[in-house]
Amino acid sequence: MRSPSGPEIAAGEVLLSVEDVSLAFGGVKAVSGISFDIRKGEIRAIIGPNGAGKTSMLNIINGFYHPQQGRITFKGETRSKMRPHDAARGGIARTFQNVALFRGMTALDNIMAGRTLKMKRNLFWQVLRVGPALAEEVENRHKVEEIIDFLKIQDIRRVPVARLPYGLQKRVELGRALAMEPELLLLDEPMAGMNLEEKEDMSRFVLDVNDHFGTTVALIEHDMGVVMDLSDRVVVLDHGIKIADGTPDEVKTNQAVIDAYLGVAH
Amino acid sequence: MIGLGQFLEVLFSGLLSGVLYSLVALGFVLIFKASGVFNFAQGAMVLLAGLALVRSLDFLVANGFPFWSAVILGLLFAAMIMAITAWMVQRFVLGPLINQDGLTLFMATIGITFVLEGAAQMIFGSDVYPLRLFPTDAWFLFEGNFPGGLLVSKIDVWGGLIAAVLVAGLAVFFQRTKTGRALRAVADDHAAAQSVGISLNWIWFIVWLVAGLVALVAATVWGTKLGVQFSIVFLALKALPVLIIGGFTSVPGAIVGGLIVGAGEKLAEAYLGPFIGGGIEYWFAYVLALVVLMVRPQGLYGERIIERI
Repeated sequence: MRSPSGPEIAAGEVLLSVEDVSLAFGGVKAVSGISFDIRKGEIRAIIGPNGAGKTSMLNIINGFYHPQQGRITFKGETRSKMRPHDAARGGIARTFQNVALFRGMTALDNIMAGRTLKMKRNLFWQVLRVGPALAEEVENRHKVEEIIDFLKIQDIRRVPVARLPYGLQKRVELGRALAMEPELLLLDEPMAGMNLEEKEDMSRFVLDVNDHFGTTVALIEHDMGVVMDLSDRVVVLDHGIKIADGTPDEVKTNQAVIDAYLGVAH
Repeated sequence: MIGLGQFLEVLFSGLLSGVLYSLVALGFVLIFKASGVFNFAQGAMVLLAGLALVRSLDFLVANGFPFWSAVILGLLFAAMIMAITAWMVQRFVLGPLINQDGLTLFMATIGITFVLEGAAQMIFGSDVYPLRLFPTDAWFLFEGNFPGGLLVSKIDVWGGLIAAVLVAGLAVFFQRTKTGRALRAVADDHAAAQSVGISLNWIWFIVWLVAGLVALVAATVWGTKLGVQFSIVFLALKALPVLIIGGFTSVPGAIVGGLIVGAGEKLAEAYLGPFIGGGIEYWFAYVLALVVLMVRPQGLYGERIIERI
């Protein structure tokens, strides 16, 4: 647990709150009656065994899924239905469990795609590439170069992402999300399938993003060590139901959590 | 034996008429790349664009507009019609069918074909309308080297030039603009594109609009060559073998495929025709496509289909 920010966060302003949210696919309940909140500036982890409904929760937050029941309040605005590009407009960025990059493009173009919403010039000027549109392209390119420097991927910016090793693809994907300058960054298993060194790198990037840019982070992760080190607060799901919520230390000692992870004799 | 002069003449006219197939094939590729929809209606869109252009042009000229200003206004009017079509297709057909199977969407475009063909002829008439945008006479080149010279039709050369400008324009649009980048993003991954704030509905409107404008360009050349008439729809079917040969997802593939089909069918007609009775032009492209399907199913420039299992 990251001790310094702990107490401050506990009293912090709520950025996003989820109240009594339920989602079912046909007869299968993905999540039911879940409530929790994410406070400004914290790193919030969502953990749970496979099939607990973690990814569904993330998809609900950024508008890919629409819950049948419940309310979501983001920056003081409550809504039941929102499309993903509206979520992006509102300042929510995300990465995906199975890297979802634009495979035909270079790393640079992928990250530039993250600037889509920051570029306002209309099609006409874009095609001509003169005046304001060119200035805008250059300005956004500078911002993207900063992100590339930050993630230390200078040497691969011209490489088509399909050719990059998995760890670097994940990093480019993080770069694309950062390019949106989000207020809330959702990371779906950012360390999955990585070796120890890559995991440490990624953990450092997540912490740096949170520290330097003040970005609020919500992440799903399986590696308990990572979760305990990174996060300020943890919410635990099992079979679509919330079974615990609190600081990493509280959660670690919670009997329901231990049972869910280790299995319990009925 | 047929001389070198005639060979060159046949080859050249074949290549240039192949460019016209490419113009139609381009429209298919654009939509297929960005949305995975095989747009059967591309030929109907060429017909609609052509009719809108030629009828508004005739109307304006009859009302005393000077020819070139009438051409510009006519092109604007036809472009507007294509924009409205793109919007309606997106709003009423593809929008509600979002996330449906590729075959469903393909069937929907067959429906769009009938609606567009019917509506276009109902609104603009169903005769053959001559369009005179480009000169239709011919040059005779290298008269010193070959007896009678090489006959090169001017309209074919215009078609080639226009296709080159169009492809260059599309390349800049796709590679260098934010919207082009967004289009490529949507083609690669819908969910990821949405997550960075790209609206699928907006992008698909743009794609259909661009395909509509490409159809308009094709209509100017086809229309001048053959007159604007219903049979343009059937010519557009030639784009199918072109796509199979070039690859469904490749802009250069559409161009090269068109050239191969154009040159191939004209040469086959000239050299094989006398032996097997002519009419080769009508089926040659399809046989060639069949061969390509057996040897290289993704087409010359298509993406290799590799599936992990």
